[in-house]
Amino acid sequence: MSDRQKTVLLHGGLLALLLGLQFVLPAYHHGNLARIMVLAVYAMGYNIMFGYTGLLSLGHALFFAAGMYGMGMSVQLLGATPAPAMIGGLIAGAVVAAALGALALRTADVAFMIVTLMFAQAGYLAVLYFGSVTRGDEGFVIQQAQRMMMGIDLSDATNRYFAAFILFALCLIAVLWLVQSPFGKVLVAIRENEERARMLGYDVFRHKLIAVILSGTMSAAAGAAYGLLFGYVGATFASVQYSIFPLLWVLLGGAGTALGPFIGTLFMFYLIDLSSNVTSAYMLIAGVALVVLTLFAPQGLIGEVRSRIWRWLP
Amino acid sequence: MTLLSTRAMTKNFAGLTAVNAVDFDLPKGEIRALIGPNGAGKTTFVSLLCGRIEPTSGTVEFDGADISHLPAHKRINLGMAYTFQITSVFARLSVFENVALAARKRVHGTAQVAQAVHAALDQVDLNDRAEQIAGDLSYGHQRLLEIAMGLVQRPRLLILDEPTQGLTDSEIDAFKALVRGLKDTTTILLIEHNMSVVMETADRITVLNFGEILAEGTPTEIHADARVQAAYLGTG
Repeated sequence: MSDRQKTVLLHGGLLALLLGLQFVLPAYHHGNLARIMVLAVYAMGYNIMFGYTGLLSLGHALFFAAGMYGMGMSVQLLGATPAPAMIGGLIAGAVVAAALGALALRTADVAFMIVTLMFAQAGYLAVLYFGSVTRGDEGFVIQQAQRMMMGIDLSDATNRYFAAFILFALCLIAVLWLVQSPFGKVLVAIRENEERARMLGYDVFRHKLIAVILSGTMSAAAGAAYGLLFGYVGATFASVQYSIFPLLWVLLGGAGTALGPFIGTLFMFYLIDLSSNVTSAYMLIAGVALVVLTLFAPQGLIGEVRSRIWRWLP
Repeated sequence: MTLLSTRAMTKNFAGLTAVNAVDFDLPKGEIRALIGPNGAGKTTFVSLLCGRIEPTSGTVEFDGADISHLPAHKRINLGMAYTFQITSVFARLSVFENVALAARKRVHGTAQVAQAVHAALDQVDLNDRAEQIAGDLSYGHQRLLEIAMGLVQRPRLLILDEPTQGLTDSEIDAFKALVRGLKDTTTILLIEHNMSVVMETADRITVLNFGEILAEGTPTEIHADARVQAAYLGTG
């Protein structure tokens, strides 16, 4: 079996499993998994920049929030239905990502991290500042009536799961296609050795900028879908912790792997969920688990699987 | 016809003049060796040619056009290839992928890229290691991989910065034959310390010393030049 067939089989298998789980999971986990799939899209977007291109951003909440508010504002101010509102979110994400990329990519390494962090904080403060429109910290609810897409009620658990699944599947396939395309391979080359990539004739800045835009747009898609499917838009999603989450998920699951973001998100979500059942000090348990993983699986869960067993994992 | 020329090319590093007002002409189809003592400015000079570093002053012309203000990747796309002195392969990628990254600028399509990669790896006798991780190769093999990455681009000007460093005697012999075989299609600028490689492959030699051209001529002329002997070759 060729590597390509194995890749299709494994990732197709995961999608089939997620689709099948819809019919057997109890309501609680069913709802969780829909949430995890949307958040995994956020992590996959983050991974395009961090895992494949080697750009460590500390400001991805800016893109997640751009998508969420682009969608939410379209609904609130323009009375848009879910489909055009989603597109509004995607456009907001792409525009913000292009602007941030054009500015932040003039820096590198630690400076890049700080610049992205600062822009995200500026975005967060802007949400608060324009509180009369955004409703600031308090946020606003997207009503059930506003979540009807072509007669489908997105607030219904089954529809919500399907919508999350479709978004997740599309983004997973897009990432797989991207990283195996010549363009994606140049991104990896830039991550591995930027100077060498430049001296092979590749326009490093242009490739990085496109990576930022793709990453930001996918993160925005997650933010828009999250607001739409779970019915709430608020400033918390623009705060710094939402910039740190995707970094953690990707590190845990395996940076630069297509499945890592999903596995990392799933793992972290249930780690906190289960440990908070046991003790109120659940962040302590989560913290210890993170330290242990960092010590014994520094490449993340899927990263370790790749380096030990399945070398062909994309 | 001149493929590459520089006028008054100068580079200062914080008060140290590494390259000083160099006028250099390289005719099309020539194999030119660039020699000189350590610190003479050889690597700095070729880095100025391909745009890796910015000159303090001076101009570069390539194929009749002024490229002084082009960024490195655009110069490479005009048909220059540069192999690094300190091996700079993509250490965590496979040998195949390293060469494929270089090939994809020129050829498109999976099958065509694979064919070009295997042809280039054949030229340096690395085909049986195509699936290995580049960082696992010996130093000498990484040098050969660098050369393959240069060859697969089919450049008009190939700049080789100390390509035979770390190669075995038999690999050096194979390298000499390879360079002579490229003569019809490629202009080559070769920085080299191994004098047997220089004498047997170069059409002409340029000697740099303290950032300036000390002498230029055929291997025989250079070998006989008293100033070159004093500065570099030694009197033995």
